[in-house]
Amino acid sequence: MAKVLMKGNEALGAAAIKAGCKYFFGYPITPQSELPEFMSRELPKVGGAFVQAESEVAAINMIYGAAGTGTRVLTSSSSVGVALKQEGISYIAGAELPCVIINISRGGPGLGGIQPSQADYFMSTRGGGNGDYRHPVYAPATVQEAVDLTMEAFNVADYYRTPVIVLGDGMIGQMMEPVEFNEPKKRELPAKDWATTGTEGKRKPNIINSLFLDPQALEDHNWKLDRKYKEIEENETMYEMYKMDDAEIVFVAYGTTSRIVKNSVEALRAEGIKAGLIRPITLWPYPTKAFDEIPASAKALISVEMSTGQMIDDVKIANEGRLPVHFYGRTGGMVPTPDAIIAKAKEVLGGVK
Amino acid sequence: MSVVFKKTEGLAEKQTHYCPGCTHGIIHRLVGEVLEELGVIGKAIGVAPVGCSVLAYDYFNCDMHEAAHGRAPAVATGIKRVLPENVVFTYQGDGDLASIGTAEIVHAAHRGEKFTTIFVNNCIYGMTGGQMSPTTLVGQKATTAPQGRQVELSGRPIRMAEMLATIDGAAFVERVSVHNVANIRKAKKAIKKAFEVQLEGKGFGIVEVLSTCPTNWGLTAPEAMKWLEDNMIPYYPLGNFRTPEEGK
Ligand SMILES: Cc1ncc(C[n+]2csc(CCOP(=O)(O)OP(=O)(O)O)c2C)c(N)n1
Ligand code: SF4
Repeated sequence: MAKVLMKGNEALGAAAIKAGCKYFFGYPITPQSELPEFMSRELPKVGGAFVQAESEVAAINMIYGAAGTGTRVLTSSSSVGVALKQEGISYIAGAELPCVIINISRGGPGLGGIQPSQADYFMSTRGGGNGDYRHPVYAPATVQEAVDLTMEAFNVADYYRTPVIVLGDGMIGQMMEPVEFNEPKKRELPAKDWATTGTEGKRKPNIINSLFLDPQALEDHNWKLDRKYKEIEENETMYEMYKMDDAEIVFVAYGTTSRIVKNSVEALRAEGIKAGLIRPITLWPYPTKAFDEIPASAKALISVEMSTGQMIDDVKIANEGRLPVHFYGRTGGMVPTPDAIIAKAKEVLGGVK
Repeated sequence: MSVVFKKTEGLAEKQTHYCPGCTHGIIHRLVGEVLEELGVIGKAIGVAPVGCSVLAYDYFNCDMHEAAHGRAPAVATGIKRVLPENVVFTYQGDGDLASIGTAEIVHAAHRGEKFTTIFVNNCIYGMTGGQMSPTTLVGQKATTAPQGRQVELSGRPIRMAEMLATIDGAAFVERVSVHNVANIRKAKKAIKKAFEVQLEGKGFGIVEVLSTCPTNWGLTAPEAMKWLEDNMIPYYPLGNFRTPEEGK
C-alpha cells in the first residue's frame, strides 16, 4: 500500500478502523482530541458508532459494555482522563474483556500541562486501578509504529481477553509522518462464545462479571489471570537493540524520547564514543530479556525519560545490579535535547573506571 | 389440571439472597414476567448494579453484564449502541443511580439511549448496612445520619423521576410502588410499558419502584410496607411523569 502523510492522532484512528474496530466511546482532551474527531467522522461510514460520553468514567464503562458484546472497541484520552478510566480498566481486566485504550499523554500531576510527557509510566505499567491485574502497554516511537502497534493491540486484546494500552505522547499525537497501513501479523483468535449478545433461547445465559464473593474463587481467578500474564510476558515482549553490539554506554529510552536518544547515539559514535540503546516497545511486559543481551563492553546504563525517573525501577530490576544505573530526565513537558543527553553520557563515562 | 401460577421463565432457577420481606424479589419477578410476556428473554441483556441486587446477574434468565457502582447506564449504552436490535435494561438501587451514578443516568436519559432502567428506591444503602442515601427521607435514621437526615447537613431527598422527566431524551418516566397487590399490578404495567417504549425505539425509559428495606429500616416486613405507604409515597408521589406522545 502507498504511504500517506497523516497526523499521529488520525493515523491511530485509521489503524483502529483498519483493525476492524467500529465503536469508539470517549471524551475530549488535549493533545488527543483529533482522534475522537476523526472517529466521529469515519465510524458512521463503516456502519459503526461514535459516542461522546459525558466523562472518561462513562466512556470506559461504555467500552466495558460494548466489549462485552464481543465487538472491537476503542477509547482514547490523555493522562488526566486515563486516570479517571482506571476504575473501568480494572473491571475490564477482572472480567477478561478485550479492548484498546490509547493514551496520548501529557504532563502532570494534576491538570499539569498539555506538552508531551512520559509521567504516566507508573499508572500504565503498575495498573492504576484496584486489584491484581496487568495489561500490555505498547510505546510507539513513530507514527508508523503507532499504527502497526494499534492493529497488533486489537489482536493481542482478543487473543488474551485483556485491555491493551497504546501509550503515545503529545509528540506522536500531533506530528505528521508518512504511514503505510500494512496487514497485522495473523493470529488464530479464539471464538467469543462468552459475549453477551442475547441467548436467542439457544444457550445458557452468559454473565460478564468480576465479583467473586468466595475468597477461594477470587484467589483461583487471580492466579488464572496471573498465568495469563506470564504467558503474555513469554510471548509478547517487544524491544529494539540499537547499536548495542559493542556499546560501552547503554541508554534505555522508549517512545519519542528514544528517537532523540538515537540522535545522541549517532553523535557520540561520530566522536568515537561507543553508545547504544535498549528501546522497550512493550513497557509491560518489560523487556527484561534485553538486559541479558548487553555486551561485556558495557560500562553503565542511563535511563532517559520525560519524567523524574519512573522507569528506573524497571531498569534496575532488569539489570540485576550488574551495571551502574544513571538517569537523565526532563519533566513537565520539557523535551530532552540531544546535546544534554550527550553531555550526560560523557559525564557518566568520565566517572566510570 | 390447569396451571394457575408458575415461576416466570424470565427468572433463573436460583434462590435469591434477599432478606425476608424485601421487595427486591417482587421487582425481579415483575421484570422477569415482562421479559417473558414480551417474548424478549432471548434478546435481553441486563446490566446488574452494585448494591443488594448485585447478584441480579444470577437471577435473570438472560445474558447479564455486571457494572461498577453507578455505571450501569454507561455499560448499557455501550451494549445498546453495538446491538440496537437487542433489549437492554439496567437494574439499580438509589445509592447506585441517585448518588455515585447520577451523571451516568442523567446523560443516558439526555442522549435518549434506547434502554430501560428499573430504579429500586428504598431510601437507604441496603448492602453496606443502612447508610444514608440521597433519597433518605428527612428525619429518617441511617447509620451515617444517626440523628435522622437533617436538611442543613444533607439537603432534601432527591426526586429522580421528577428530575429525569425534565429531560427531553427521557421518553417514559413513571414512579410506582410494590407495597400491596394493587400497586404491584400497576408497577408491572409501567415496567411493561417502559420495555415497549424501548422496543418501539422511542428513547429512554425508567420506572422508579418504591421498595422496602426492613432489615436496615429496623422494621418487620408488614411494618415496612406500611412505612413505605405512610412516609415514602407522600414525598415520592406515584404516577406517570412522561410518556411518548402517540403518533409522533
Ligand atoms: C466505587 C464504590 N463505592 C462504594 C461501594 C460500596 N457500596 C456497595 S453497595 C452500596 C450502596 C448500594 O445502595 P443502593 O444502590 O441503594 O442499593 P441497595 O443495596 O439499597 O439495594 C455501596 C456504597 C462500591 N461497591 N463501589
Ligand atoms: S438489606 Fe434491605 S434492600 Fe438489601 S436485601 Fe435486605 S431488605 Fe432488601
